[in-house]
Amino acid sequence: MTDKIDIPVAPRGGLDPVPGEWRRVSPRYVWVDLVGSIISGLLTTAASTIPFWVTQLPVLLVIPAIVLLIAIVVAAFTPRRVRAIGYRLRDDDLLVRRGIMFQRFAAVPYGRMQLVDINRGPLARALGLAELKLVTAASASNITVPGLPMADAEQLRDQLVELAESRRAGL
Amino acid sequence: MSESAVAPATAVDLADGEWHRLHPATPLLRGGFAFVAVAGFVLANLRERILGLFLGGPEGGPGGDPIDLIVRRGLIPLALVVVLVVLIVIIAIFWLSWRVHSFRITDELVEVRSGILFRTSRRGRLDRIQGINVGRPLFARLFGAARLDINVAGHDANVPLAYLSGRNADALRRLILQRASGSRETGTAAAQLEHDGSLGGMVTQRAREFVAPELDPQLAPPEAVVTMHPGRLLGSTVLHDRTVVFVLLVIAAVVLASAAHMFFVLFGVVPALLGIGSQIVRRFSRSLRYSIAATPDGVRVGYGLLSTNNETIPPGRIHSVEIQQPLLWRPADWWEVRINLASHSDRQEGGRRTSTILPVGSRAEVFRVLELVLPGIVHDASRELVVSGLARALPDDGYTGSPRRAAVLRWFSWRRNGFALEPEAVLLRRGAIWRSLVVVPTARMQSVSLRQGPLLRMLRLADVHVHTVAGPIRATLEDLDAVVAAGFFRDVAASGIAAAAADRSHRWRAQSDPRRAMPTMPTPPGATS
Repeated sequence: MTDKIDIPVAPRGGLDPVPGEWRRVSPRYVWVDLVGSIISGLLTTAASTIPFWVTQLPVLLVIPAIVLLIAIVVAAFTPRRVRAIGYRLRDDDLLVRRGIMFQRFAAVPYGRMQLVDINRGPLARALGLAELKLVTAASASNITVPGLPMADAEQLRDQLVELAESRRAGL
Repeated sequence: MSESAVAPATAVDLADGEWHRLHPATPLLRGGFAFVAVAGFVLANLRERILGLFLGGPEGGPGGDPIDLIVRRGLIPLALVVVLVVLIVIIAIFWLSWRVHSFRITDELVEVRSGILFRTSRRGRLDRIQGINVGRPLFARLFGAARLDINVAGHDANVPLAYLSGRNADALRRLILQRASGSRETGTAAAQLEHDGSLGGMVTQRAREFVAPELDPQLAPPEAVVTMHPGRLLGSTVLHDRTVVFVLLVIAAVVLASAAHMFFVLFGVVPALLGIGSQIVRRFSRSLRYSIAATPDGVRVGYGLLSTNNETIPPGRIHSVEIQQPLLWRPADWWEVRINLASHSDRQEGGRRTSTILPVGSRAEVFRVLELVLPGIVHDASRELVVSGLARALPDDGYTGSPRRAAVLRWFSWRRNGFALEPEAVLLRRGAIWRSLVVVPTARMQSVSLRQGPLLRMLRLADVHVHTVAGPIRATLEDLDAVVAAGFFRDVAASGIAAAAADRSHRWRAQSDPRRAMPTMPTPPGATS
């Protein structure tokens, strides 16, 4: 299993609803996330030059410049962002946290899980990683735990399915 | 359409687990309007020719009319044969599709199979029922037929039985609900249906069915019934936000087109007007015969003027409730109540479900509806919370609100923006100009999340989202104090688990005393001889 750590509490005004230890995802996931954010950053930058090509106004080159800057910042923060992903199995629910700037905590009761998916992208597969996706009856839930080593992901899935079965409730 | 073929089959026979066929008029009813339209088109086009045939009108010129061609070439016998063959083939296909379209209802499930070339079979588990709808489209109503839609959770997840005779549909609904409820007694509740075979009896019965109220008054105590007053419906329609937008759009379009000669705005405005206008008309006509009542098997909502619908939602199937008020309704103290359900059927015809469970109602009626849709949640203790959830914010009214610094983001509503947590339900109060109150039963909550972006971080605020099944209601509360929001997140997660563990509404009658559960069920409307 991955190491347990205390994720540093976000500074003043940040959230820490359930203090304690979180399980962290594999550090190798940084590469998956980095490649993803670089590709999407380049694509958005390319798309944001369209106003310039249409009008030929040099002023409009400011837009791709700003977009590129944001993309670089996003890519630079990837290691911190990946370190901030954590999950925790409590007695009756699964807690998931993500994000540093945009923090998100979610709690899913085991009895509410309808199914558990394991997804693997090409790069994640090369690194032996997998993404766990929890599906409830609410589409807004959308809870994923990326960057788990394959063995961990399968073990966690079996554990979650078993827990869900023992606490099965209606919708 | 003779009905004697299906009349002897009572609901008990239909639900015996064997395969049964639908109402023999089903193909005609399904293709009803198309059939009438085609017949009308043909008649309208041949009218002069038919008149000419009998009255000896003027001869048609040597035009390229196909019928002239046929007459001139002496092909009338051949044409008649072709028409006859086509008719026979069509009738045979209809007959075959009716033959292979069958359903069965066992103690556990309902299954429908259909299709000639492409066979489909759809099976729904009775204990997963989210609602049952009896729809009577206008054309089917004339024949005394009805469609029974059995909704299970999911997108477009309904098992339709279209069409059954009206009495069978009502009786089957009762049987299915009884089996789904987990009640031990079976069969006793299903009243044997008597049938008056004579033609006169059939006609009067048809007429009685047609004018009968959607809900038999005997079936529910009258104090549990809310009915629509036409005057209030008219007033609420006129004062609805949608109507105001409609009128403003019309004025803007007229002014721009006449004074400023900007005719191009009409191209944008007219489609929007048509869309909004049809929404207004549909809401009005659907709500005219609206009624809601409690039955032993859940809430029953009836609506529709010409094509009627009558939906039963068993207990514990309502995932969230929103009480809201368009701006101009406030002086009259009118409210609208909407719900989120786990099942959505996309079918326009008959099976369309409503998310509006009370189109317009006074405060007292809102409470009556809330007691129906949230049984055991809206009681005397929590009633005050709901009352203050509909009023302007006061100190110590039971709601934990946003701090003053949230006024940067919520100029007017920061005072009202707040939550209250009961063991059975989460209440979210929102909006100062357009007031709304969302109630989520904690036993139905799917998950909960807490969010904060950089802007909220600077203001030490956070958002809480309570996730329920997809629907028109989003149970989110934004811009709470970060510490308060974190506590709310913890408490909601904990009470959701506790409530789900204690929830028994899945089999809503399994626990209760079988003798007390349903002593007598009166016979359905139209079944009295």
